[in-house]
Amino acid sequence: MPRCGVPLPLRTRVAAMAGRAVAEVSRRAGRGGGSVIGGRVLLALDPRALEVLAAGRVSLLVSGTNGKTTTTRLLAAGVAAAGAVATNGQGANLPSGLVTTLASAPAGATAVLEVDEGLLPAAIASIRPRAVALLNLSRDQLDRIGEVRTHAKRWRDALAEAPDTTAVANVDDPLVAWAASGRPGAVWVGTGQRWRLDAASCPSCGGRITWAGDEPGARWSCETCDLARPEPAWRLDGDDLVTPAGTRVRIELQLPGWANRANAAMAVATASVVAVEPKDALDAMAQVGDVAGRYRVLDVDGVPVRLLLAKNPAGWAEALDLLRGAPAPVVVGINARIADGRDPSWLWDVPFERLAGRFVVATGERGRDLAVRLHYADVEHAFVDGYRAALRAAAADGPHVDLAANYTAFQDARKELGA
Amino acid sequence: MTSICLLYPELLGTYGDGGNAVVLAQRLRWRGIDADIVEVTAGAPVPSSCDVYLMGGGEDGPQTLAVAELNESRALHVAVDRGAAVLAVCAGFQLLGESFTGGDGRPAAGLGLVDAVTSHGPGARRVGEIVAEPDPALGLPTLTGYENHQGVTRLGAGARPLGHVMIGRGNDAGDGGEGAIAGRVVGTYLHGPVLARNPALADLILSWVTGPLPALDDTEASVLRSERMAAAAGRRLRPGAT
Repeated sequence: MPRCGVPLPLRTRVAAMAGRAVAEVSRRAGRGGGSVIGGRVLLALDPRALEVLAAGRVSLLVSGTNGKTTTTRLLAAGVAAAGAVATNGQGANLPSGLVTTLASAPAGATAVLEVDEGLLPAAIASIRPRAVALLNLSRDQLDRIGEVRTHAKRWRDALAEAPDTTAVANVDDPLVAWAASGRPGAVWVGTGQRWRLDAASCPSCGGRITWAGDEPGARWSCETCDLARPEPAWRLDGDDLVTPAGTRVRIELQLPGWANRANAAMAVATASVVAVEPKDALDAMAQVGDVAGRYRVLDVDGVPVRLLLAKNPAGWAEALDLLRGAPAPVVVGINARIADGRDPSWLWDVPFERLAGRFVVATGERGRDLAVRLHYADVEHAFVDGYRAALRAAAADGPHVDLAANYTAFQDARKELGA
Repeated sequence: MTSICLLYPELLGTYGDGGNAVVLAQRLRWRGIDADIVEVTAGAPVPSSCDVYLMGGGEDGPQTLAVAELNESRALHVAVDRGAAVLAVCAGFQLLGESFTGGDGRPAAGLGLVDAVTSHGPGARRVGEIVAEPDPALGLPTLTGYENHQGVTRLGAGARPLGHVMIGRGNDAGDGGEGAIAGRVVGTYLHGPVLARNPALADLILSWVTGPLPALDDTEASVLRSERMAAAAGRRLRPGAT
């Protein structure tokens, strides 16, 4: 049981046993890992379970709009280089998933937990983490818009009440920097984030945010109040991470692209809060191959297919950079269920024009919206219903296919393709 | 050369609104007419010489910032007097009017380009698919879109609604009206890339500044329109079926 030698209250113990039993039944019934349903039972029986299970344990939280699951995976790998770790590696980032992870964590293991950005304030209050990695905040689900700034405010308020928590924050996202500046002693990380569209006006006073240049890591400041980019202690510079001591460590990952180097930089800085050496952390992170299916390469009817997940414009801007170059064909799957946001207007915030020069197959429940978007982007395309059929149509155009999809479309694709 | 001015995309571009500029420009280019998109960000001077002006949706704070700059320069007012066309969506539509609810919850002066007053409506935000029958005088097919707003917009005698709401809320002022039209100034709650789903509305606006335009192949938009109108009507449609 968790909690370093201190026995759990009877209520939490019974609730945890019941949760595990339900999870086991769910697993045997072939209904997934069972962690969410087991956690729900646990929470129903003991609403304070999260606080009780986290007490006395070193916990590290990861939150933000993009990169949560990957950063959690990298951070867990890095911290595991120095000791035992318990983590919700499958992205079960709501209270049910958190309590399940904590209830089954071995004594003394550091908890590395991905937390939904809306839930983070409550998680900080009940888990009282040693550190929290704040990655980014950008437009995500348009029918819930307005929440980007609200999240920043609620993060800031929660951190102000958490004197034992160190915020590890991305200085190139003004919303995140403002949220973290509510807690003295923040560890600032310069990731060189390029997405700026959600930080045009100051989260503190509503004034205009101006940037000193277009290059990644440019200084930004508010024209009206004194909010400005904090000087980072850690800095991503190309393939190198510059540490607070000024030394350069090469980031070599199996995961592709700038976004994953930024995730690794955030993870290394967070691991350093619990005294893991950057070199040790990065060596462990280099072993991470795929993350909950992302970047996995499948064989589908003899064609190698690489899976990419992108959930919102900032994520898509990065995903388009990761695609094999033209003329390699691409399948793009789009849904608009509750978990994706019901409104796919964001398709027009994604520079799909970059796909010109190759054949793109649009699919998914909102593949028709994508087809119209591709039409106006002058991208040669077709709509094909179903992932296997879409891949077959794309494979006629090249030997490798990249399949990029948003959240529930990605799940649908994995299910249909058996990945 | 037809110039399309996209006003404050960083302040009024929350819902993919920049898509309307892409739709207008491409529909001209495909007909062999040069088109230029001029993006004006906050703090930069607004040209008064463009042919079409676009404003999109945004949150309360950015909305207030945008109206302050436009009222100071008067460039948009000059352009409208000259005969330029305007399409303003959601928050952009609200600030076309005489007044709207500002970031502090109090009425704020709008641009006064449309005889309309917007206030915060009661209850939850108006979110979901919307279908409206356009004013018959416009000669347009049914309008289809998605709305997401808190506003209730009452039109005065100087403006008429763009259409009549069949499904959804629109202006939500009790008269079934959706949007507004006053001369060549159009406002609508069909938010974000409304022109992608309504190519005939795009062509109507373009024709005001270019004259009559030949038809384009809008097969894909037609399929999407049917799918979305069926979804709005609550009919079960197999995803992707035509």
